[in-house]
Amino acid sequence: MNDHTLRIKPPPALNKAKKFTIKISDNTIANTVAANNFLTDFADVLLFINRTVKETFSRNFEFREFLRQCFQIGNKTLPLISVTGIIMGLVLTIQSRPSLAKFGADAMLPGMVAVSLIREMGPVITALICAGKIGSGMGAELGSMKVTEQIEAMEVSSTNPMRFLVVTRVLAATLMIPILILYSDALGILGSWVGANIKGDVTFVLFFSQAFRHIDFIDFLPAFVKSVFFGAVIGMVGCYKGYNAGRGTESVGIAATSAVVLGSLLVLVVDVVAVQLTDLL
Amino acid sequence: MNDFQTEAISQPKSVSLKQVIDIKNLRKCFGNQEVLKSVSIKLFNGENLVVLGKSGSGKSVLIKCIVGLLNADCGSINVLGENVNELNSLDLGELRKKVGFLFQSGALYDSMTVRQNLEFPLHRVRKELTQKEIEEKVKEALENVGLSDAINKMPSQLSGGMRKRISLARTIVVDPLIMLYDEPTTGLDPVTSDEISLLINTIQKKYKTSSIIITHDLTCAKETGDRVAMFVEGKFTRIGDFNEVFDTTDEQVKAFYDYNFIK
Repeated sequence: MNDHTLRIKPPPALNKAKKFTIKISDNTIANTVAANNFLTDFADVLLFINRTVKETFSRNFEFREFLRQCFQIGNKTLPLISVTGIIMGLVLTIQSRPSLAKFGADAMLPGMVAVSLIREMGPVITALICAGKIGSGMGAELGSMKVTEQIEAMEVSSTNPMRFLVVTRVLAATLMIPILILYSDALGILGSWVGANIKGDVTFVLFFSQAFRHIDFIDFLPAFVKSVFFGAVIGMVGCYKGYNAGRGTESVGIAATSAVVLGSLLVLVVDVVAVQLTDLL
Repeated sequence: MNDFQTEAISQPKSVSLKQVIDIKNLRKCFGNQEVLKSVSIKLFNGENLVVLGKSGSGKSVLIKCIVGLLNADCGSINVLGENVNELNSLDLGELRKKVGFLFQSGALYDSMTVRQNLEFPLHRVRKELTQKEIEEKVKEALENVGLSDAINKMPSQLSGGMRKRISLARTIVVDPLIMLYDEPTTGLDPVTSDEISLLINTIQKKYKTSSIIITHDLTCAKETGDRVAMFVEGKFTRIGDFNEVFDTTDEQVKAFYDYNFIK
């Protein structure tokens, strides 16, 4: 009798059970690894935020670089935000007018548009635009600096790269994005006036006074507060993705796109939370 | 071969025996891969020590551990009397002011002009200087590398060789005591590589620096090295002057020599 006769094939049912067990085991391992990676990434993010906050309140704040970043963010995004603001107001007015006209509420148009823009549309849409422009810019710039060892070069020349690169950008975004949102709101109301004059004839002064008749401080404050959080989130996500980019030029692209995607998502999450909190007030 | 890992063939000849860097039993792993396997070496005052080895052998990891950019898993790194692994961030920052690091890619700051690139470390490392003194040091550093005309250019306007020379200028502008060169001639043509090698020697003489030069370029190694250390698979196998290191029957060392064309 040779070896081959001793090898008895298992019955088909046992084979199937074995394959099923292996499949479950592989899936469990894959899910465990994915969960482990998620928790590790989450911990990395928290550590990054912790380090950024710590460096913000340390000595030797890089004030010059902070001002330069404020200029970069504000000045370079202004044209895009201007166009966005005007179009927002224009489109909202054109779309809302027929519905209001049905109920004979044309006179409510300026107020409705102003409240919509200031409370929700202005902050969210402007923040989403900023996540794309500013967030991706930060992700790409810091990612490119990481890949070309510029961040390490800063470390070696006794410069704290977190303080110089990250803190300045996060604070600049936190300061400038609310200002850009206010600017966008103002241009949105201007765009709305232009829209109102397509089929009507309203002076700007009358339109503006009608718009602000329906706006209270309670419309401004929550919107302004959440726009500060939008700025912080966009700055933090852009810097985190860029600072932790991998090696190679591909990782720069990944850092930029993931900064936009995650930044946009978090803007919407912050908005949901803000709306819930505002509702409680 | 004796019990010690490194076969030190000879001591450095024309330099003092005062140690500026003393590395003992340094180990570094990335995951399961052991990159530095109990590495020991000394750098003496005023010498150029060339570390030769294949790409990916761990040479850059070694000098990044020296300057604290990477943390070693175990072993000691003594730089100018300080144990790098035991320093806090403030003290490490102070030590780094005395060490210049030339990165393989140059690592010039893209958003700054050449002038701003050179002024950047000066503002941080030499805070006692006035703006006029800073401008003079910048001009002097650029003259030393022969690129005074490039002072207002952006890094994107420079060729590879020019970028390397400007990076060198940025490194020496703060008058470091120790220089670490990471592949200074990689990616450059032979003529420009020769110029960089000449500059390294000029810096050694003019600024009285002690240097570690990481390279796989044998021509650069021969032109710049007072001593040469062969780095193979995470450890030093031979140390001595250039001819002594390659006067061997060791197959790995011979293969390295045979595949390089040198003057």
